Amino acid sequence: MKRLLAAPEARLAVIAVVIVVGMTILAPGRFLSVQNATSMAFQFPEFAILALAMTITMLTGGIDLSVVGIANLSAIVAALILTRLVPGSESVAWLAVAMLAALVVGLLAGLFNGVAVAVFGLPPILATLGSGLIFTGIAISLTGGSAVMGFPAATAWLGNATLAGVPVPLLLFAVLAAGLAFALARTAFGLRVQMFGTNPLAAHFAGVDVTRLLIRVYIVSGAFGAIAGLVIMSRANSAKADYGSSYLLLAVLIAVLGGVNPYGGYGRVIGVVLAVLCMQFLSSGLNMLGVSNFARELIWGVLLLLVMVVNAGQWPRRRARPRAQKPESP
Amino acid sequence: MKLDLTRNETLVAAVILAFCLVAALTDPGFLSMPTLTDLLRGGIVLGIFAVGVLVVLVSGGIDVSFTAVAAFAMYTTALGLVTWAPGLPWPVAFLIAMGIGAALGAINGLFIAGFGLPTLIVTLGTLSIYRGFLLTFVGSKLISNLPPAMRDFSRLMMVRGTNADGSFYSLPWAFAFLVGVVVITWTILHRTMLGRSIFAIGGSMESARRIGIPVRATQLFVYVYVGMIAGLAGIIHASMARVANPFDLVGLELSVIAAVVLGGARLAGGYGTLTGTLLGVALIVLVRNSLVVLGIPSTLQSVAIGILILIGTGLPAWQAKRAAARAA
Repeated sequence: MKRLLAAPEARLAVIAVVIVVGMTILAPGRFLSVQNATSMAFQFPEFAILALAMTITMLTGGIDLSVVGIANLSAIVAALILTRLVPGSESVAWLAVAMLAALVVGLLAGLFNGVAVAVFGLPPILATLGSGLIFTGIAISLTGGSAVMGFPAATAWLGNATLAGVPVPLLLFAVLAAGLAFALARTAFGLRVQMFGTNPLAAHFAGVDVTRLLIRVYIVSGAFGAIAGLVIMSRANSAKADYGSSYLLLAVLIAVLGGVNPYGGYGRVIGVVLAVLCMQFLSSGLNMLGVSNFARELIWGVLLLLVMVVNAGQWPRRRARPRAQKPESP
Repeated sequence: MKLDLTRNETLVAAVILAFCLVAALTDPGFLSMPTLTDLLRGGIVLGIFAVGVLVVLVSGGIDVSFTAVAAFAMYTTALGLVTWAPGLPWPVAFLIAMGIGAALGAINGLFIAGFGLPTLIVTLGTLSIYRGFLLTFVGSKLISNLPPAMRDFSRLMMVRGTNADGSFYSLPWAFAFLVGVVVITWTILHRTMLGRSIFAIGGSMESARRIGIPVRATQLFVYVYVGMIAGLAGIIHASMARVANPFDLVGLELSVIAAVVLGGARLAGGYGTLTGTLLGVALIVLVRNSLVVLGIPSTLQSVAIGILILIGTGLPAWQAKRAAARAA
């Protein structure tokens, strides 16, 4: 039993089960129902995808504070194409063009972050804090700060439809999570990300092209941000520069809760998925019990600190105190 | 004279001068007392926060919970005063708010120094805890009938006057608190063993430990001190706004950190100056208040701040990287 609980993911699975059992007892018949399962499956993918973006940057010891900015900017570009360039067009081809454009915006934004971090050597927190302000600022000046509305009906598909009974956003999240898990565990790229996160200098000496690797990591993060932005746009049926502002801290919280080491080197997608489920179960359950949004925030914070205190014993001391032993300069 | 671009202070001061020069050329009314007092007034709360953040950054940590601490201390103090003791003089209210702030800071310090958890994650967690607790259990309604003592404080003016064109200007005594906080923090950082210890643990925690610096006690002090300063900033904010709004302040944390970092403090710890911090605050307030004067629409305000952060931190980082490459 003790060995089973050694992995943070296993402890998280236990927490998730405890929450489900607890909520089922506290809200009998309502928490464990088809309606609640469906509504939860539509709610969490948007911030879960942002948490995946956060995860991959945290694996390298970085962070991406600009994901929400990227999400909104991408969504606004798509929204402006649909409403200004081809207003009233119901053509699916234009929708595809708009989504592609959003994705390109996400990739470019990620490239910008990657170059700032890898080429210019900015600390990731500052690089993405600054770029996040820039992306949000561009989004505001493109729209004047108001919401963009009036999309073709097909836009709603991504966020609201079901395929064979499964919500499309959930499917999208599953594909992205599985893809990221595969990339991290089974490809050279994933191996290099983990190497770099564990020890950047050793990775450099092992022949990893560090600059290219970091740029690719931030591009992936930007692309995930753009996809999350499209899901939000589809579900809200509008795009606005300040949507999802609470998702930034939530995404960081979920990644850390999922056992991702914020100093890099360790983290598994399954942990992040479990953390997402924990958060969503807690949110929905508390909502049914009539607990206010503010109390939910309080409980999230307590959960984060609790899990951290337990996990902290697990990280080797060297990683827990990053500046304790700097690698000697060559 | 050779401009030392590796020093952020030089860079920020140059940007501020250039900004004022262009602003004065486009709008002759820019260089006036009202602009100056607006700038100083706008910098009071931001500046007090920034001094606290500077101390944390110097110690090698980061704190994002200070705005929640400030909102908590401000609202709880105001509510307590209005309910139980509306007659208390304002210094007592300030002390209560600082005490609450220090207590919340001690909770941060406990997790950071006690359990050795990463500072960003701890303060991220406590940010939602303090805010959630405040809004759930203390209250979420605006308090506009602040005790008379606090209203009196907000009316105390250091300078007041009327310009030639009839525009009114004033600088509240609250500004003296910013000066006081700067002086006390300067003394602690540069004239006491404690200050040397804060720089030392920021530079290298392990080295500090080995030369016998009490690392955990120093860390605990840093977070208690920041909490106290945040409590003060909160109560000053409320008395200047003449209303205690529990939704205020939270959301400001990244702007404050941006100001401090612009001023040259390093996220890696061990380096930072009060001069730089105050210049950074001045630049942020200037961009917020007067960007329109330069003919840049206010919708681009956050773009301007973002670019400043990237350039302000990117230039030194890029030079350090090139220096390291040359040395290798």
